[in-house]
Amino acid sequence: MPGFGLPGRSRGGGPPGRVAPWRYLVFALVVTLGGLYAAPNLFPPDFALQIRVDNSDRNVDHDLLAELADRLTLEGIPVIGTELADQGGLIRVADANDQLHAGALLQEHLNPLGEERQFVVAFNLASTTPDWLRDIGAEPMTLGLDLKGGAHFLLQVDMEEALAKRLNDEVEKIKDMLREERIRYRSTDDAVQGNTLSLSFATPQLRDRAITVIEDEFRQPDYLLEPTESAGRAGFLITVQDSKLREIESSAIDQNLTGLRNRINQLGVAEPLVQRLGRARIAIDLPGVQDSAEAKRKIDKFANLEFRLEAAANDRPSEVEQWPYEGRIVDLNKRIILTGDHVVHAAQGRDAETGLPQVDIKLDSRGGEMFHEATAPNIGRRMAVIFIEHKSIVTTQIIDGERQEIPESRADKRVISLATIQAALGYTFRITGLTVGEARELAFLLRAGALAAPMYIVEERTVGASLGEENIERGMIAVGIGFSLVLAFMLVYYKVFGLIANVALTLNLVILVAVMSVLEATLTLPGIAGIVLTVGMAVDANVLIFSRVREELKSNPLAQAIQAGYDRAFLTILDANVTTLFVALILLTIGSGPIAGFAVTLSIGIITSMFTAIFGSRLLVHLVYGRARS
Amino acid sequence: MTTFDFMGKRKIAAVVSIALVVVSVVSVIVMGVNRGLDFTGGVRVEMGFDSAVTAEEVRGLLTGAGYTEGVVQNYGSETEILVRMPPVAGMNQSDLGDRVVAAVREDFGDVALRDLQFVGPAVGEELAENGALALLVALGVVMFYIMWRFTGKFAVGAVAALIHDVIITVGAFSVFQWTFNLPELAALLAVIGYSLNDTIVVSDRIRENFRAVRRGTPVEIINQSLNQTLGRTLVTSLTTLLVLVVLLIVAGEQISGFATALTIGVVVGTYSSIYVAANVLLTMGISKQDLALPEREGVDEAR
Repeated sequence: MPGFGLPGRSRGGGPPGRVAPWRYLVFALVVTLGGLYAAPNLFPPDFALQIRVDNSDRNVDHDLLAELADRLTLEGIPVIGTELADQGGLIRVADANDQLHAGALLQEHLNPLGEERQFVVAFNLASTTPDWLRDIGAEPMTLGLDLKGGAHFLLQVDMEEALAKRLNDEVEKIKDMLREERIRYRSTDDAVQGNTLSLSFATPQLRDRAITVIEDEFRQPDYLLEPTESAGRAGFLITVQDSKLREIESSAIDQNLTGLRNRINQLGVAEPLVQRLGRARIAIDLPGVQDSAEAKRKIDKFANLEFRLEAAANDRPSEVEQWPYEGRIVDLNKRIILTGDHVVHAAQGRDAETGLPQVDIKLDSRGGEMFHEATAPNIGRRMAVIFIEHKSIVTTQIIDGERQEIPESRADKRVISLATIQAALGYTFRITGLTVGEARELAFLLRAGALAAPMYIVEERTVGASLGEENIERGMIAVGIGFSLVLAFMLVYYKVFGLIANVALTLNLVILVAVMSVLEATLTLPGIAGIVLTVGMAVDANVLIFSRVREELKSNPLAQAIQAGYDRAFLTILDANVTTLFVALILLTIGSGPIAGFAVTLSIGIITSMFTAIFGSRLLVHLVYGRARS
Repeated sequence: MTTFDFMGKRKIAAVVSIALVVVSVVSVIVMGVNRGLDFTGGVRVEMGFDSAVTAEEVRGLLTGAGYTEGVVQNYGSETEILVRMPPVAGMNQSDLGDRVVAAVREDFGDVALRDLQFVGPAVGEELAENGALALLVALGVVMFYIMWRFTGKFAVGAVAALIHDVIITVGAFSVFQWTFNLPELAALLAVIGYSLNDTIVVSDRIRENFRAVRRGTPVEIINQSLNQTLGRTLVTSLTTLLVLVVLLIVAGEQISGFATALTIGVVVGTYSSIYVAANVLLTMGISKQDLALPEREGVDEAR
């Protein structure tokens, strides 16, 4: 073939057939590390039960685990091992059947009938990775929900609402400051518009004084404070800047995350995952959860408050409800003046004069108005504060002869205070008549319960355990058959080169699994498809090299042909793979969940296949041919 | 090495390619793409029954319970049922799936919930937008990379080949009205990656030959390059198709759309790297002058 006799045969940085020793070293190191970090995936996990404290005073310790293990052994269920884990303890058993029986037995043992749940017993899988592997940080790949079953939710946090709440809070703060300085402002309902807040004044002089008062609080770069003049009115406009907006969003999400984590901990889930996703979303993964409807009920519920007037003498009986309060019965009007949804902030404090404990509560602007309207005409009457705690309570009952855990979201309502309205109440007020402990608890629960912003479910995926098992089984069979077919084809078509390519392909698979394990990437069904695809495409680099070497052989001796083949193929392989990698990375940005799993395996697969083909198989070729014939 | 006169048949190939693209585009315009749940929003419930059950039974039951909209079908086997429902206005969307399962369980007893998916309409729209954007960004990035590594003409050829592949793959989904979901979109991007891989290998050889071969018309040089890379092109396509067919057969319903899209894409992509990319190069009048970049050559060789 003409045209291939290019000069510069020694491009490889040395005479053909010789390879710098460091290359062998690096290769050996990568292969060893790959083998080590991929190894944990060979150890199938044990079926286990996770024990966690719910309402019990007792801790999960070695004594308790030993007691439980004895109990199981007594019932004929062999216990493989017990250990203390991050949250509670783990008891390992032999198989899924034992796990099921042991779960039921432990429930019975730990949680007496009809009482609040003492311990959470969750089904789990426990790693069987040997200690020496775990010591170097080697762990198996995590499986996605589509492979192990479970529920996934994506919640949208209503950021506009969060921002509005927060800015109304700021407006109240400004008004307070101005009142203190006795600067009169024009009252308005629409001080907050989007990410701005504005106030107007009778004269520009008042406006300027107001600005001097508040400018320290509302300065750059968080806020932009500008004087305005509209329709002859002097005023100012505060624009919340992007950085501050982000901060407000973050704190709203954080508050919602905290509330969610508290609630999800109540579910008997072994390894729940609650995390922020993007600017305004929260993703929840609940492995093993089959009853997603129940999980949803938990997610939505929070603590709340209700304010109601004490029934007046002329109230119709149908409007009156009886409530227990401090050991007696009080009559309350059914109408709810206000709920805790309008609470922006709650803090425990003490009355400055009497030193008695109190809870300071701050309402949003709408809440303040509603409260004012309801209390102003009723001064002298008594108002009750009802605390509603949406507790998720799990009781054990026997239904149709079977022990079942019945979780329910119980709204626990009780009157926590009944006090005379001294004056019309507004945005801020206090609740008194509590003990120090009660005040602390109320403030905490109101904060934990008060969502910074409403959330709603925008996406759900629940995969049944049976489908998960089926997916993983089918996926593994596909990898196995696909891999074997490619190996067989390469061997038949390329003979010795094929064997080398096959070694490289196998190493590629091992390193791919190792990298995924180390990065703690999640393996999903599309991810497995990505691995299968990688297997099919990974031979490409080797094929490119081999066909090049075959061509070179027509005009060159073997060693030089090999050298030239690798050198010439290198840039082609690089170009082809870099562009494919771009595409895979772009794919990573659009999907979350299963699709991201595909993008991850594809990206990693491209990199590992380049390494094994260019670096690895070249060394192998040199080992087989280079030394012998150069 | 084969000595196939690829470019001799380039007119026929062009006609075939244009015809396929036109059919695809017309089909997408007339029949549309059967967008799946991921993009439309709605609810999808897969249930496993203890014994064989017909879609009619379940449909009747759901209609009776007030769920009139939606599709009920057997899925994979006689004991499995798939229910798909569009978003229903004025209803708490996220509970719809739970209520469907509850309604079925009331009549059929303990039906296993295999897969429940709910996608809010806003999320679906967002995914569709992001997906389309990702496709465009991918094409753009690829074009610039090839312009940098090769020349503008090669970039146009490669991107033409990619667009050709994407349109025909989507066209096939439109013609057969197969459901197009997020995994299929991912497959489309993987097709871009794969087809590009092929195109670059061919382009690389064309460039090399244009620089190295002294005599010969562009048609001859391209023919020679295509023949030189044919073996590799076929082997790689073969191994990739091998694993895709395995996926299609073994990996189950959940992956079948994805594997189908990739299979079509790989076949079309292999064809397009031979005919579309090279054809465009010839049409644009590629010549040695386009590739005479001595500095670049020097850099490449001095690796």
